[in-house]
Amino acid sequence: MKYIGTIIIMLAVFAGLNFFPVYASPVSAEDKEIEVMDFDTFSPRLEMDNDSVYVINFWATWCAPCVRELPAFEQLNETYSDRKVKVILVSLDNPDLIDDRVIPFMERMDLQSEVLLLDDPNSNRWIPLVSEEWSGAIPATVIYSAGHRSFHEREFEFDELEEIVLPLIQ
Amino acid sequence: MLLLIGIYSTGLFAQGYEVGDIATDFRLLNVDGNYVSMADYEDAKGIVLIFSCNHCPYVVAYEDRMIELHNTYAPKGFPVVAVNPNDSIAEPRDSYTKMIERAEEKNFPFDYLVDADQLIYPEYGATRTPHVYLLKKEGDQFRVAYIGAIDDNYRDASAVEEHFLANAIDALLAGEHPDPDYTRAIGCTIKVQD
Repeated sequence: MKYIGTIIIMLAVFAGLNFFPVYASPVSAEDKEIEVMDFDTFSPRLEMDNDSVYVINFWATWCAPCVRELPAFEQLNETYSDRKVKVILVSLDNPDLIDDRVIPFMERMDLQSEVLLLDDPNSNRWIPLVSEEWSGAIPATVIYSAGHRSFHEREFEFDELEEIVLPLIQ
Repeated sequence: MLLLIGIYSTGLFAQGYEVGDIATDFRLLNVDGNYVSMADYEDAKGIVLIFSCNHCPYVVAYEDRMIELHNTYAPKGFPVVAVNPNDSIAEPRDSYTKMIERAEEKNFPFDYLVDADQLIYPEYGATRTPHVYLLKKEGDQFRVAYIGAIDDNYRDASAVEEHFLANAIDALLAGEHPDPDYTRAIGCTIKVQD
């Protein structure tokens, strides 16, 4: 009993300090959530060692070409999620705008792919760790599987994504 | 694994200028209605050329720092020159008229030019806004001395740890080569018509 009390107090303290990097609108269970992380927490997702194809797209709500291509990534996720294709949408939005902008955007677009927010302002450090080819412009996409890795600083349409991903599906 | 791919792929990424290249001059329309060339900066020791625009949140986050950089370094011979490379049909918020409005709102102390034909930014190899090319004047020529970001924290000027651009200008003023001379940052893609 004592422990439960301690845990509840700890949770309350952490929640009050916004310690857990998970933001969710408290309106209903249907609401979208977004996990916020720094690059070191995020980076294992760039090197998953399994039989899935990972499609990792860097975007932001303010980036018009990113918003334009999001449906292509959503379609890829919907079409191939049962065939070990994992789409991760990495938002580079300002974390101060999560509640006012990012979550409402995710709800409006009804995003089904995994979305996370990379909060790490020193992008000079981590951009080359994503890809040496990356100048820093978005949209940008990493596609990798056990035998393939490619980086794309460009806007995609669905059939272009499919053309890259389909041969990688095991 | 990442490193190997990085080394392999750098060879593919050779468009535009690298540090050490001579930068081509241009003649672009300024928000004051006059055409401006780098050669017009006769007394400058160099130019802080920043591919910039109106609409990009990363640019907006840096506007005050660009003004401050100009106010600090123009008197020392390194004025800021901003160039908007975006197509105004692809991004109406970056039209010439909107540039004039923004320059007036923010009271830009530096020239704000439009790369209306979109010929200059590809030659430099700019891919985003903001994207900095620090140029050092050598006789009649301008040599690229630093390419990259303004500093290491777009979101919070007070939390900046490395002032890449200011450090690079200080290095040139001290007769040294900037270190680092190449950095990266997230920015908005340059907008072209489909």
